[in-house]
Amino acid sequence: MAPLSIIGKPLPMTDSPGKVTGFGKYADDLSVPGMLIGKILHSPHAHARIRSINASKALAIPEVKAVATGQDTRIPYGILPIGHDERALALDKARYIGDNVAAVAAATQEAAERALDLLAVDYEVLPAWLDPLESMKATSAWIHDEKPNNIEKEYHHEFGDPAKGFAEAAFVREERYFAGEVNHAAMEPHSTLAIWEPDGRLTVHSSTQVPYYLHRTIAEVCEMPMSRIRVIKPMVGGGFGGKSEVIPLEVIAPVLAVKAGRPVKITYTREEVFLAHRGRPITIVDLKMGITREGRISAVAARVVQDGGAYCGYGPVTVLYSGALLGAIYDISNVRYDGFRVLTNKPACGAMRGHGTVNVRFAFESMLDALAHDARLDPAEVRRRNLLKAPCVTVNGLRVTSYGLPECIEKVVERSGWAEKKGKLRPGRGIGLACSHYVSGAANPIIRSNMPHTTVNIKIDRDAAVTIYTGASEIGQGSDTMHVQIAAEILGIRPGRVRLVAADTELTPVDLGSYSSRVTFMAGNACLAAAKNIREQIFAAVAKKFGCDSAQLDARDDFIFVKQDPRLRIVFDEAVVLAINFHGALVAQGSYTPPEEARGGKHKGGGVGPSPSYSYSAQVAEVSVDAETGQVTVERIVAAHDCGKALNPVTVEGQVIGSVYMGLGQAVQEEMVWENGRLMNPSLLEYRIPSTLETPRIESIIVESEDPEGPFGAKEAGEGSLAATIPAVANAIYDAVGVRINTLPITPERVLAALREKEKQERARGNGKGGGR
Amino acid sequence: MTKELIQLKVNGETREVAVPPCKLLLDVLREDLGLTGSKRGCDDSSCGACAVLADGVPILACVAIASCYQDVEITTVEGIAPPGELTPLQESYAAAGGSQCGFCSPGFLISIKALLDRNPNPSDEEIRDALSSNLCRCTGYMQIYESVKLAMTRGGTRAAATPAPVGR
Repeated sequence: MAPLSIIGKPLPMTDSPGKVTGFGKYADDLSVPGMLIGKILHSPHAHARIRSINASKALAIPEVKAVATGQDTRIPYGILPIGHDERALALDKARYIGDNVAAVAAATQEAAERALDLLAVDYEVLPAWLDPLESMKATSAWIHDEKPNNIEKEYHHEFGDPAKGFAEAAFVREERYFAGEVNHAAMEPHSTLAIWEPDGRLTVHSSTQVPYYLHRTIAEVCEMPMSRIRVIKPMVGGGFGGKSEVIPLEVIAPVLAVKAGRPVKITYTREEVFLAHRGRPITIVDLKMGITREGRISAVAARVVQDGGAYCGYGPVTVLYSGALLGAIYDISNVRYDGFRVLTNKPACGAMRGHGTVNVRFAFESMLDALAHDARLDPAEVRRRNLLKAPCVTVNGLRVTSYGLPECIEKVVERSGWAEKKGKLRPGRGIGLACSHYVSGAANPIIRSNMPHTTVNIKIDRDAAVTIYTGASEIGQGSDTMHVQIAAEILGIRPGRVRLVAADTELTPVDLGSYSSRVTFMAGNACLAAAKNIREQIFAAVAKKFGCDSAQLDARDDFIFVKQDPRLRIVFDEAVVLAINFHGALVAQGSYTPPEEARGGKHKGGGVGPSPSYSYSAQVAEVSVDAETGQVTVERIVAAHDCGKALNPVTVEGQVIGSVYMGLGQAVQEEMVWENGRLMNPSLLEYRIPSTLETPRIESIIVESEDPEGPFGAKEAGEGSLAATIPAVANAIYDAVGVRINTLPITPERVLAALREKEKQERARGNGKGGGR
Repeated sequence: MTKELIQLKVNGETREVAVPPCKLLLDVLREDLGLTGSKRGCDDSSCGACAVLADGVPILACVAIASCYQDVEITTVEGIAPPGELTPLQESYAAAGGSQCGFCSPGFLISIKALLDRNPNPSDEEIRDALSSNLCRCTGYMQIYESVKLAMTRGGTRAAATPAPVGR
């Protein structure tokens, strides 16, 4: 094959002109004549029955055009077919502080806010369940009557023979790990503009990662056929999973628009973003792992409890991912998993970057580091001794087609100076290693069907411009650019010739959305198929002109030429004219459906975890720990990520670095703080995502294992690196000061408490010497 | 609320708007002048997405009362390059991956412009410090630093002599 001319090149993102000039439009930048502003009344109680709502005073304000309550949103919905348990506005009960109780549409924001103050709600306050371990013991006053003991779902999996595996282990550890709750904190607060069109149709512009699911949900709740609803995704200011299920304002705005017969825009405040939440849950991991004297992991068992908040959301998927990906990164024959998704009276959790894997990976990689020390083995070497040999199928039925983890480990060991530094840095300075992995899209759709997961259409007309129609959602990760690069590479044209129409349900075919890192693999394959199809049509016409076979042709730099004799060539524009003369209109489609053999085992819950392909990451963190204050300073992180093939190295590196950055926030400083069900830090001032001052040097290394089924060999890049960062930092802290912190985030208080405890124990043993290596 | 007529000098043009006396500069820019480049990312002046220049100094438009800024030159992200052109900074920002979702980019570009206008050759530490009041959730800042350094080699915030489209 000729060398690639556009794939693998650092093409600037195609939508960057709009981003660097301010002319690109995000949902809240849109406005239309006659537009009303919507505001939502949130529950002040964690758990309360709504006896009545009196809106008469609010409706008396002249600028107020509509008030909606649960009576207007009676149809329940949820992202999973098994979890339709929420209503856009609460019907009977409010289930968390911040739950949506009523909404107002008014001519001005000021009038809408005044109207909220005048809504009279009569609540009957109920006992609230705020601690997941207490909540799952509840025998009455359940959050949802149909969910006994407040348990949303539980799963119990056993593969191989864990008891035998533990018996074979030379070293066994059993510990509890705790991860606090974190929020995506995408910079763009959610916003939805719903336009009730004069012909009885509804157009909805919304900050969503999943236009298709939003389209379905609005149709259900508004009881309108999907064919009369159009969902358009404008530019989206970051998602990270926080916009990957239907968020209440996305239903409330259309309901208000229909009620008022006017366009309605709702934009969340930052506080409302935190209350809508859907972030990573509080997770309690009871982990047991055994290794042999040689460092082979002989068994792993985990009991995981996730504090899911008040609604189902993606919950069962989150808890299943935690189990499916627990051991599947390594070659482990014996695995037991018990996962519980528990309801509490707090905002619902959901999918967040690294969905389901992050907190169990923290526990697993921390414990593996400790076991390596028990066995007096190098932690990097222990990982090398437990590698899979691709292609293979893991014990829990996950098909691994490409596996760049060995190279990731070698690359970070080399770049970080691991051999010279591990255990050898001055006291207070340490280095730690950890690995992670992630899916390249889910092999099974949320709503089970055999329909393609994505379809891409391409049209070429007489202007010789190529237009791609894709349902895939650009959310900052480079989806649009990825399509353009693939089409331009296949057609051998300048990327500037390619136009893209994306994520508009009236114009573009269905794509399941930007979640589970599925876009490059799935929409990329669909785009590749469509581009090859349309190229074949052009080649057929050109072959006729040259009197050759189309297999003898190639395309590059805006020319189509005969491979054996490149002087026989035709410029792309003329080839298009020939092809249109020959075929009529030039259109093509490509779609992608994961292969049957990638869809996983048949056990209950076995549908979550399987992916057509997996990414891998290895990381080394270097930290300083101030023993006086407990303050951890992360000095440097080196991350190697196996993305299969970097279609665009700048965007891949951006994804890897961004993942590390987000993991770092969770590792040392981010946590949602709860007090009696109330979020105490619902702002970016108090929920502290790292600024430039707290972000160390992050170096990324691209590893290309060339997946046999990925487009040009590509697979996931946007999530898989997050999970390794946290245990890499935790393991580095151990190397620095000899304490293991099993609780996230690793705050100075926690480090200091651990250091004091260690000193106490050493004194008790009459051993005054420090250092824990 | 009774509105008052105010004049603002924004991106080199004098604009007259009738607004309530307490209306924030960010809201006047976005709602009354159609300049939606400046963003609102938080409730408490912590994210920097709304940054604009007031006589060359970055301020947060989300906590500035519009009527107090009638005698200064306001520059928003829409005004950092002449119409139809991009500065080397903007091109570099696109080329080096400074924007992912792009929501924070207007604020960052304003802060970087202010930095490079007063110090064309800042050190790594000066860049980091100058950007410490802008939050980005996508990039981990590394590619933003790359963008600034690339821009420094290409002529910084001066308008490009010829329009050089990005995304080609």
